[in-house]
Amino acid sequence: MKLLQERTAKQTLGESLIIQTAVRLMVPFIQLFGLYVIVHGHYSPGGGFQGGVILGASFVALALAFDQQLCMRLMSERVNGVLGNLGALIFTGTALLCALFGGLFLDYSALDALIPLGPIEWRSFGIFIVEVGVGLAVMSIMVSLFWDLGSNGGMDEGL
Amino acid sequence: MEQLLALIIAKYNYWLYVILMMIGFYAMIGKRNLVKKLIGMNIFQTAIILLFVSAGVKHGAKIPILDKYAVLKDGVDVASVVNPLPHVLMLTAIVVSVSVTGVALAIMLRIYREYGTLEEDEILEKLGK
Amino acid sequence: MKTLALLATLITGAILLYGTMDFPAWGDPQAPASVHLSPHYIENAVAETHVPNLVTAVLGDYRGYDTMFETVVIYCAGLAVISVLRRKKA
Repeated sequence: MKLLQERTAKQTLGESLIIQTAVRLMVPFIQLFGLYVIVHGHYSPGGGFQGGVILGASFVALALAFDQQLCMRLMSERVNGVLGNLGALIFTGTALLCALFGGLFLDYSALDALIPLGPIEWRSFGIFIVEVGVGLAVMSIMVSLFWDLGSNGGMDEGL
Repeated sequence: MEQLLALIIAKYNYWLYVILMMIGFYAMIGKRNLVKKLIGMNIFQTAIILLFVSAGVKHGAKIPILDKYAVLKDGVDVASVVNPLPHVLMLTAIVVSVSVTGVALAIMLRIYREYGTLEEDEILEKLGK
Repeated sequence: MKTLALLATLITGAILLYGTMDFPAWGDPQAPASVHLSPHYIENAVAETHVPNLVTAVLGDYRGYDTMFETVVIYCAGLAVISVLRRKKA
């Protein structure tokens, strides 16, 4: 405890010990809540955009309380870029797959030829897949915008 | 007098949002600092979003999240559910607003790096020289 | 300059307030916004997609094109900020 207090008293970036401990305890629960909001878009208010912003806000809280270098070590730039591109690709890939299987461009019931579940159930499942893609893309862009704007392009020190 | 009161009760939400829109509009054209202009644009966009969402409300209606098994058995009364279409369109508008704010802040950081100031008339002097 | 901006704002506000005289009353179920297409969405969305949340059903299925291009918009905003701001460490 004494070591922790001395270390946070000496650092130049980052907040005090109370804020750092509170953020470190809260970030897993914020991410779990963000995943809950994405997945429960069918039954309660929420969906892809809202859950993606909550997930991105958890990483922004981590970068504000600690150093931005620690946040970039926990979630590297490469993983962030891959997740963002994967999210946009899931949406367009699903839409294109529906067209390849005989329906219109975003007609989810044409995917019934792949795995037979019934055309109405495939519409509900297609909406779910598309929401996951949107959530990943929005999370990646929120984190990337904060890193760029907060460090004025250099990505070394943060706010 | 009663006609005036009936008019106010029927339309006061539109008047409030038009006043908020005009506050944002004055900030966009009347202030000289670039960050204040950007905040004015944000206020303008928020007022437009609220105007659209409030135009689809029905008196005494519930939110557009229904009970699946009750609706599959009985059907749904249209006048008891709020219009879901403005909500959908305004989700897109909110995301566009965030994107425009992000890109505008990035451009402002570059302007500050080049000219050293964020006041509009000083930048115009340095450009004109 | 500021008086000119104030005058322009007041004139625009007066014109807009005069334009709201034609709007339907707040909370009217027979307003034109709620009469043409949205009764079709309210009545048929749960039966056709088995999703109880009407906003998600309209956003993901009936208006899927808008959502796809909106994802592209926010992706391009991230790309634009990266390309404008990044610089190599000197």
